[in-house]
Amino acid sequence: MNGIALFTVEELAARIIDGAMVAVPPDYSFVAMAATRALIRRGARDLHLLAVPQSGIQADILIGAGCVALVETAAISLGELGAAPQFTAAIKSGKINIRDSTCPAIHAGLQASEKGLPFMPLRGLIGSDLLRVRNDWKVSENPFEQGDQIVILPAISPDFALFHAPFADRYGNVWVGRRRELVTMAHAARHTLVTVEEIRDINLMEDEGLAGGSIPALYVTAVAEAPNGAWPLGLPGEYAPDDAHLAHYAEQAKSDGGFQSYLVEHGA
Amino acid sequence: MTGSKAHSEQAPAALPEQDHTKIELLIAVIARMLDDLGHVAVGASSPIPGAAALLARAVTKRFLRVSVLSSQRHNDFTDGGRELFDCAAQGRIDAFFLGGGQIDGQANVNLVGLGDYPELDVRFAGSYGSAYLYFLVPRVILFRQEHSRRVLVPKVDFISAPGISPPGIYRPGGPHALVTERCIFSFDRVAGRFTLQSIHPGDSLESVRDNTGFDFDCPTEVPETLAPSSKYLELIRGQVGADITEVYPKFARKVWGIG
Repeated sequence: MNGIALFTVEELAARIIDGAMVAVPPDYSFVAMAATRALIRRGARDLHLLAVPQSGIQADILIGAGCVALVETAAISLGELGAAPQFTAAIKSGKINIRDSTCPAIHAGLQASEKGLPFMPLRGLIGSDLLRVRNDWKVSENPFEQGDQIVILPAISPDFALFHAPFADRYGNVWVGRRRELVTMAHAARHTLVTVEEIRDINLMEDEGLAGGSIPALYVTAVAEAPNGAWPLGLPGEYAPDDAHLAHYAEQAKSDGGFQSYLVEHGA
Repeated sequence: MTGSKAHSEQAPAALPEQDHTKIELLIAVIARMLDDLGHVAVGASSPIPGAAALLARAVTKRFLRVSVLSSQRHNDFTDGGRELFDCAAQGRIDAFFLGGGQIDGQANVNLVGLGDYPELDVRFAGSYGSAYLYFLVPRVILFRQEHSRRVLVPKVDFISAPGISPPGIYRPGGPHALVTERCIFSFDRVAGRFTLQSIHPGDSLESVRDNTGFDFDCPTEVPETLAPSSKYLELIRGQVGADITEVYPKFARKVWGIG
């Protein structure tokens, strides 16, 4: 078995081409913040950001830095710290477009993609204005029950899935534990780019205890080592969010001047 | 926990009724709506419903499973973000909570923004799972602390999730009640209307009417909301406060000075 080529975080970010659809996990999952800063440094433009199914500081900072043209999401918020300021401002000024969604619709679209299917049906939604404004969603009849209306969602096929993880092995297998939205993202995306706290000198596929919580190298395009790579977010099971820093960001991001000096201060 | 010991020495038998905060009252009110259930799930930005679910779990004589989204300790899901939604569609979740930047008299909720979409005057975070869970979870409790005409409107600007559906739409779930800082409303899914259930101490029918932008039904006598018992308060200030700190540290610090 061959090893996987290791990349730097900069090289990993350089693979994400302008205009690509990039799927990212929510703040409480495994978010690749070091790679996000690298994306901003390389001046990424016109990204179609897919939040699976919602995002926080990662989306806000990418939007503020001018990397995003379109965001598809169920919500963008800084949680307890309130509204995501750069997202809110960009929507108001029309700087970005938004495809408003709901959490299970994003999961379902990715699940269609991982099965190689063109669409997925989903309950709910009928009577919501989301259905009215989403021209790509359709209402159909359940083919097995006359009169039962059900919403049909197109498959979502991201160009890239981008996330962070506690560790990978030398063969490109990545351990994600119970954060299985990352598995769905990797299955659905054409390319999966992962930063990890560390590369371990093991083979995850040979360990029954770890293999079930791992994404096999089959789906993984590139891995880069990035210690503390989720900071200032936490990495569940490894380290907690840097609450003081997140509060600092929430304050700075309220003005464009404050946001720009935050980017300079924190190497993005 | 040392604080609660000192407290019990000062007030051994029962705490005086006034000796609780509005937030503690709201936690107790919501907890009482949950203690006959089997599985309660709590979504994003829901510290008070989250604390209420944990309180209900602590007081129930049955087994109550509580799944707090984004919690490591109070969440048994292992299949990623989609599991809550798959579970709900199968009928494995009995209660969930939704809020709203706007809520109207037909229990429509708006989590998207104010104004004409997409050129909104004010943008909110987004619809989260509302457009789906509102249809599928049998007992959805609407919670919005602010009770004003700004929030409780005649008609929402954007329907993230509708309160009622026409016959023939698959909908085992829907709104059960609306809890605010002033009162509790129950919701009649056939009539599509709220009924005032009880008024919290310090408010009146007049203050509720003055601050509600929609029409609602009202019995001749509206009772006062039951205050939390000393047992509830002890749990809220002890185990529940400690448990909610993991997911809502800022909230726990503000309310109980924990963390």
